Amino acid sequence: MSDRLLDARLVVDRGVFRLDVPLRVAPGEVVALLGPNGAGKTTALRALAGLHPLTDGHVTLDDVDLDRPATGGWVPTERRSIGVVFQDYLLFPHLSALDNVAFGPRRHGVERRAARATAREWLGRVGLDAQAQRKPRQLSGGQAQRVALARALAVAPSLLLLDEPLAALDARTRLDTRAELHRHLSAHAGATVLVTHDPLDALALADRLVIVEGGRVVQEGDGPSVTARPRTDYVARLVGLNLYRGRADGHGVRVSPELTLTVADRLDGEAFVAFRPAAVALHPARPEGSPRNTWAGTVTGVQRHGDNVRVQLDGPIGVAADVTPAAAAQLRLIPGQRVWVAVKATETHAYPATG
Amino acid sequence: MPAALVIPAGLGLLFLVLPLAGLLIRTPWTTLPERLTEPGALTALRLSVQTATLATALCLLLGVPLAWVLARIEFPGRRLVRALVTVPLVLPPVVGGVALLLVFGRRGLLGGWLDSTFGITLPFTTTGVVLAEAFVAMPFLVIAVEGALRAADHRFEEAAATLGASRWTTFTHVTLPLVAPGLAAGAVLCWARALGEFGATITFAGNYPGRTQTMPLAVYLALETDLESAIVLSLVLLVVSVGILVALRDRWMTTA
Amino acid sequence: MNAGTVARSRRTAVAVLVAAGLAVAGCGAGGDGRATGSGGDGRVTGPVTVFAAASLTESFTRIGKDFEAANPGSRLTLNVAGSSALANQITQGAPADVFASAAPANMTTVVEAGDADGAPSVFARNQLVIAVPRGNPTAVAGLADLTGPGVKVALCASQVPCGAAARTALDAAGVALTPVTLERDVKGALAKVKLGEVDAALVYRTDTREASADVTGVEFPESARAVNDYPIVALKDAPNPNGARAFVAYVRSAPAQAVLAEAGFQAP
Repeated sequence: MSDRLLDARLVVDRGVFRLDVPLRVAPGEVVALLGPNGAGKTTALRALAGLHPLTDGHVTLDDVDLDRPATGGWVPTERRSIGVVFQDYLLFPHLSALDNVAFGPRRHGVERRAARATAREWLGRVGLDAQAQRKPRQLSGGQAQRVALARALAVAPSLLLLDEPLAALDARTRLDTRAELHRHLSAHAGATVLVTHDPLDALALADRLVIVEGGRVVQEGDGPSVTARPRTDYVARLVGLNLYRGRADGHGVRVSPELTLTVADRLDGEAFVAFRPAAVALHPARPEGSPRNTWAGTVTGVQRHGDNVRVQLDGPIGVAADVTPAAAAQLRLIPGQRVWVAVKATETHAYPATG
Repeated sequence: MPAALVIPAGLGLLFLVLPLAGLLIRTPWTTLPERLTEPGALTALRLSVQTATLATALCLLLGVPLAWVLARIEFPGRRLVRALVTVPLVLPPVVGGVALLLVFGRRGLLGGWLDSTFGITLPFTTTGVVLAEAFVAMPFLVIAVEGALRAADHRFEEAAATLGASRWTTFTHVTLPLVAPGLAAGAVLCWARALGEFGATITFAGNYPGRTQTMPLAVYLALETDLESAIVLSLVLLVVSVGILVALRDRWMTTA
Repeated sequence: MNAGTVARSRRTAVAVLVAAGLAVAGCGAGGDGRATGSGGDGRVTGPVTVFAAASLTESFTRIGKDFEAANPGSRLTLNVAGSSALANQITQGAPADVFASAAPANMTTVVEAGDADGAPSVFARNQLVIAVPRGNPTAVAGLADLTGPGVKVALCASQVPCGAAARTALDAAGVALTPVTLERDVKGALAKVKLGEVDAALVYRTDTREASADVTGVEFPESARAVNDYPIVALKDAPNPNGARAFVAYVRSAPAQAVLAEAGFQAP
């Protein structure tokens, strides 16, 4: 077996929308497809499951072509070694939790008694021994999620697919379930692809993030590298950074015709500059001295953000700044107010836009 | 409660219930026991229940797959097929009976071949009664089941596929249980329609006691000579059908 | 139970339905809305409503036209159905002027309910024949030929006149016959022959005359023992009593009898 258990290039044309996402997943690896609504994440998942045929490209699992339009290769959903956890779980309402989990093993030719034993074992692993005989409508959201996970894993799939696995849960259940889900995903020997629009879920559960926007992969990498070096506004917003693209020339990056940011890193050519909102300082008048980036901006929005106040500003570049409530009161920040914006070069992070 | 709805509703109910009350009022209660145990009445009742049940079974066997195809498969002319399925609803049953004769009769399109090849003749047989009843009753089942299938979330079927279920297993283990309430409602409607079938039955299967004379036929002929006898037979039909419908409703058609 | 009180209590409801039916018929004929129109001179005008047995449909349509021609200003409305159904409608208060029945029993029902104006008179007779497919391919010559194995025969149910007559004829011939079906009326039995579903049916001679394109009537001697009398009577509650009496008289006249004879009826 290669170190690429799943090797896919998912190309799906749907009218004007075109999905084109290459995806490779190693055994035991968890990859999160992260992106905004309408990015094509769910389409990608359905293509992997065989619920939506590819227009082009391929899905190869364990060296077997599941879908390859060019050669006509096609394995229908029910003969793919997959397990799927759907967003709203889709537990069969007429079957008990136990029979829901036993459904997969039964279809894979396991005799009834053995299938039930397997199901019981899986329910035990997700901590639901006591709920085995309950119907789905008698389960809480968290319990239903765990039954759905047990049902998908009970067939020992080579490829586990999860569609927004935590989206239907309330905030409190979500924390517990996320931790437990992480445990089960880590234990899964096959490849795992999960689709989510929530960066916290992606960061907590996945070994690697694949960011999809408009049907394309815009960034890929492990959690720390993606959060440290966002490459699109979407990712920057997700991880809470100010992000600008410009042309670097030594320690200066020209991010707008009127503004060149001084950065600590040294580089040339197309580059990104990122800094945290908390690194932005606001002043009533132009600050003197020190190697600061300063410019004049106009307040466009003020709102509470945790213990601080987040201020949105317009100017040569749009920027978000986090200031203390005391500072906000002192500066009398209201929309339309003119202030001076300052960012220390040492608080910025600049990196090449290519490669 | 708006009077504009309540008053017509009350009138509507009255309109449906008054004729039943008329039947009850005119029922010869004193001679009821003797009339009920007349062999002719019981024979017709047994035949009616048997044929209606067999017709319903036939409708389930053929109608459920038909409903599935209409609900799940996209094909050109689907709207036309759906319209054709409802034709027996609007066709006068007597015409339906003639149409059945033209196909399954001795000189019919298929009837002659069935007779010469297999020695099967359908007119004037109990099987003919079942066919006539199934012909008029099947649309009720197909429409009810197709509606239930359309309302059911087809993603459950996708979920079943991801768990390794073939389309047939998915159909029997997931789809059918999901639409069970609609299926039961359709089957009950179908059975009730078959039980009351008259025109197509007498035209296609004729009328012979014990073989093709169902309750509605017995009622019609009793009306020619003996009104009270017809009332008693109708009452029996009424009691049996209402009893079974109520029982089935409680058992199958109440969903949580 | 007293049928009379029931009849009265339901008269209005039935009248509404029948009136609606007649209104529809009247529109087609260009009705002028006059209920009766008989002058003191015995001249007949206005609508005359005749309830007639189904087997009289064609004959009475022709006779009705002749009657209208002979009585300018009159208009004949025919309501044809099974005799027993018609008798029921009349005793339940349907507004009819004349009742022509295919069997004395149904006439008796009307007379006993007190709805007849005077005594009924027999105006025609009908006799059973064996209806076989046109040309008589199996060469049926008599009732005995109907009992062979594989011969399918349709009879009328014993509750309707043609069925009772068939039973009488078969008994007279000493023929034990098991039909495949007991039809609800004579037209049903005839239709089974036309469609080729049965080899023979016992129907009235008039029916085979009318359907001569498809069926042939085979006479048999025992039918003389089961002759059906057709009685006619004017009704007591007739909206047009003059018209009623005039029509009953006309049916017994020579021109009308000629029409009936042509259709296969025998004179009384």
